[in-house]
Parts: sequence; C-alpha cells; structure tokens
Amino acid sequence: MTAEFWIIQTFNGLSYGALLFLLASGLSLIFGVMRIVNLAHGSYFMLGGYVGLSVVWRTGSFTAALVAGAVAIALIGIGMERLFLRRLSGQTLGQVLMTIGFALMFQDLALLIWGGDPYTIPLPAALQGIVTAGALRFPTYRIFIIVVATLVGAALWIVLDRTRVGAMIRAAVDDREMAQGVGIHVPVVSLGVFALGAALAALGGVIGGGFLGVYPGADFEVLPYAFVVVIVGGLGSLPGAMVGSLLVGLLDNFGKALFPELSYFTLFAPMALILALRPTGLFGRA
Amino acid sequence: MSSGLAAPAPTLDRKVVAGFAALTLAGVLAPALPAYPLTLLTQAAIVAVLAMSLDILLGYTGLPSLGHAAYFGIAAYTVAILATERQMGLAGCLVAALLLATATAALFGVLAIRATGTYFLMITLALGMVVWGLAFRWVSMTKGDNGIAGVPRPGLGLGWSLAEPLPFFYFALLAAALAWAAMGVLVRSPFGLGLKGIRESESRMRALGYNVWLHKYLAFVISGFFAGFAGVLWAYYNGFVGPADVQLVTSVETLLMAALGGPGTLAGSALGAVAIVFLKNFVSVYTKRWLLILGAVYIGVILWAPRGVLGAFTREPRGAR
Repeated sequence: MTAEFWIIQTFNGLSYGALLFLLASGLSLIFGVMRIVNLAHGSYFMLGGYVGLSVVWRTGSFTAALVAGAVAIALIGIGMERLFLRRLSGQTLGQVLMTIGFALMFQDLALLIWGGDPYTIPLPAALQGIVTAGALRFPTYRIFIIVVATLVGAALWIVLDRTRVGAMIRAAVDDREMAQGVGIHVPVVSLGVFALGAALAALGGVIGGGFLGVYPGADFEVLPYAFVVVIVGGLGSLPGAMVGSLLVGLLDNFGKALFPELSYFTLFAPMALILALRPTGLFGRA
Repeated sequence: MSSGLAAPAPTLDRKVVAGFAALTLAGVLAPALPAYPLTLLTQAAIVAVLAMSLDILLGYTGLPSLGHAAYFGIAAYTVAILATERQMGLAGCLVAALLLATATAALFGVLAIRATGTYFLMITLALGMVVWGLAFRWVSMTKGDNGIAGVPRPGLGLGWSLAEPLPFFYFALLAAALAWAAMGVLVRSPFGLGLKGIRESESRMRALGYNVWLHKYLAFVISGFFAGFAGVLWAYYNGFVGPADVQLVTSVETLLMAALGGPGTLAGSALGAVAIVFLKNFVSVYTKRWLLILGAVYIGVILWAPRGVLGAFTREPRGAR
C-alpha cells in the first residue's frame, strides 16, 4: 500500500463518484418534486449510452452523442411522466411498480435493438491521453468526467439557488400544495424536473459508456448505486447528492481494491450505519 | 393463539373453505396432469408462500418491502450450499436456512423499521441489494454468477422419491398449505389484529398503549421467516440457486403478486402468485420477448386495476383526497 496506490485509488473513486452524481442528482430531484421512486432511472443511463453509441457510429462526433443521448432520453422521460406516472399521482407503490414495468420493457427493447454484445463508446482523440504528474498517471477521460460533473453540479446549484425557476422548484419540493396555491404551475415544474433528471442520467450513460462500456444489464447494475447515493445524501437534496456521490464512489473503489469479494458489503454497510444514525440521510429533512 | 381463533368472521370462513377446496382440487387433479403444468403448479405453490409472506408486511402492516427476495435467496443458498457440499439432509438444511433467513430479517429489520413510506421502500431495496451483491461477488461461497447447480431433492425415508415430479408436487403443496395455515392463524391472532391497527393508524395504536415498533419489527422478522421457508422449497424444486433468485426483479415480482391479489388477503396474494407464474411461463414459451410483454402487462394492470387494489396502501400523506 504505497502512497501512489492511495492517490490513484482516490482519484478513481472521485471520478466514479462524479459519474454517479450525474445519475443520482436527477433521481434525487425527481423524488424531491414528485415523490416518485423511479426504478427506470438506471434504464435512462443504459439507453442514453446506447443512443450515444449509435450516434457516434453514424456521425463520429462525441459531442453529438452527448446531446442526442440527453435529448432522446429526456423525451422518453416526458412521455413516461405525462402519459403514465401522472395518472397515479400520490400512489407511491403503484408508481414504483409501474417504473419497474418500464425498466423491464426498456431492458428488452435495448436487447432487441442493440443486441447482447458489450460495446465501448469510442472517445475523441483529445480525451484519450494520459496526464502524468511525476510517477503518477491520470487518464484524461477521468479528469474530463470530474470536470463535467463539477460544471453540471455548479449549474444545477446556480439554477436552484439563484433563479426564479429554481425558486419554483424548491417551493414545489417543500410544499406542493402551497406552491400550487401561490400560482406555481406544479405539473409543468414536475414535467421539467423529470425531463432534466432523465437527461442527466442519459448524459451519465454516454459518458460512462466511454469507460464502463454499454451492455445489457447496465441498467440494474447502476441503479443500486444511485439509490445508495440518494439514501445516504438525503432524498431531494442537491448537496446530499454531491456528498453522497463522492462518498459512494470512494467507498466502492476502495472496497473493490481492498476486499474484492465483499465489495458490495463495504458499500452498503456504511450506508446502513448512516441510516441508523440519521434515518433521513446526511442532508435530508424529515 | 386460541383466543384469536375463537370467533373468525363468517367471510373469512368462506375464504378458508375456498382455499381448502382449491388445494384439494389441485391435489386430486395432479396425477392426471402432464409434466409441464405440474411443475408450473409446484412452482406456483412455492412462490405463493413467498407472496403471502410479503403480504404480512404489505397488506397487514402497511410496509411495502422491495427487498423480500433477500430472505428467500439466503435460505435457498443455504440449502444449496449445505446439500451439495456437506450432503446435509432435509432437517439440517431446513433449520439452518430458516435460522439464517430469520437472522438476516432480524438484522435488516432493525435498520428498516426506523423508516416509513418511501424511505422504507428504498432502504429495503438497498438492503436487498447487499444480499444480491454477496451472492454475485462472494464467489468462494456462492460460485458467483454461475450459481450452485445440482441441489439434490431430499430423501424422506418413505417409499417414494421426491425426485419425481408428482411426489414433489404433493410435498410442496403440503408445505405451502402448512405455511398458509400458520400465517392465517397469525394474522387472525390478537397480534395480527394489532398489525392491522398499525396499518390504519400508527398514532392511535401508540396512544392505545401498543408497542408499535415491536409489532412492526416482529412482522418484519416473521415475514422473513416465511420467505425463507419458500426459499428452502425453491432450492429443492429448482435444483439450482443463482444470483437471479435474489435480484431486485424477484423482489419486485413478489411485491406485484401481493399487490395484484389485493393486499391484506393471504389467499389473494397466493392467487396473484399463481397468475404471474403462469403468465410468465406461458408467454416465455411463445416468444423470446417475454420481458417486453411482462413489463407491458405490469403497466396495464397498474393503470387499469380497480383503484382500490393499489390505492389502498398509499402511505404518502398527500395522497389523502
């Protein structure tokens, strides 16, 4: 266990945490505004990756893949919310079961369209290198992920904290009925947040496709991570999603490196501990 | 327990009679059935125990658990490991599996019962994922993704072998009937009525002097015990135990079964289980796209099911209209 090991593993953990933030921040926001536990959120991640893959194959542009993935999945999210989930408003369990129905369909559709082989999204040359600092080597792509997540996090924070739209979203999170009462059109806010959450997950999927790959089963593989982030950080809290993502990224990475067979345990045991001490998560409110 | 059984309502009696009639009918018809429907019936009987065990939590206590496959899977893995590596018999496997499943439920319950509503759902989901993660990654114990194959059916020391489909069907049917009876006695007991009271109004039960936490916790543990019992039967039935038995989709399917049949009616959950087992198997015979169809059916059922079925256990306060 040299210092090098700790630095590299910490860096890997942080970059994985950054990817998780893209996935989990949307899940947390969606829950905050709509109280929907969206089990199809992992599907957005996977489908985003697949759409991005197809776009890169056709156009060769990574940027186009990011945009197309996010827009396509945002549209799917809008359709799901507007046509299906809204009808079950207030029925927590019905909504959960419905999102799993969608997750199963998406899984099968992806298999039907893209087949069962794993793929990796080809990266633009600018992101392929390695940055060296002394004896340490950091892949440029992982630095890129950290930068993107930081930018997205900053943008979300500014929008939520400093703009009128953000104030409307926060009002809807705090008290839906009062927000409606003071003239905020909550259904539109909900739809927007749902679309944004889906787009962020898809963005994570395209970016994740560059180093984790795109493959069948990725949806249910990332889903528990997103849930742990949200549970640890607190439902509906943006700072919670940030701290939770980094914590989970680091725990997962060190768990895998130090105790490979028990790696899930090293991820979930601290979660259980946090829950036992603070049932609403680190930043959650009852 | 006898005081709780003394005066069951007449409607419950009718349900019990109908249940016994269905069990007897299945028992009588079984010898005439071809092998495939018979294995499906066996599967349905076992899965029905799992769905009913969840109903104790969902229907009677109002706690929707999304990690119920954990106790089922732990028991199934215990049987698989002990029966293949230690050649342990039925009694040893059963005791060890039930102990482990119940102990896991006792541990998870401490963490989960603190939460309510959506938090309970998410915490049970995450705890279920811990078990899945162990099944998947703890390769030296569970053989990881390959799973454990070749679990031998137990010998009972009687004249006939459980390796044949028909004797095993009777074995599973009898076990399921016993579990149903035990759970039926439980939910009609004073303890079970206490659970229903908590489902309706936690604060009122607390004011009446009930230990709400303890009731919920015991319901959680007992539910895990019966899920473990189903897991034992499953390991013997399937002869194979793998990570798919503990995955999230299994938990969700169980929840759907319990919700479909009308939560708070054990027999309803059993019916939901039978319906889903048959649907799954028939669809997968005709098309490879069974996940797609199954997903669409879930969505359709939830959209068009009578409002009472799913609306009955809306725990979010804003759902009150």
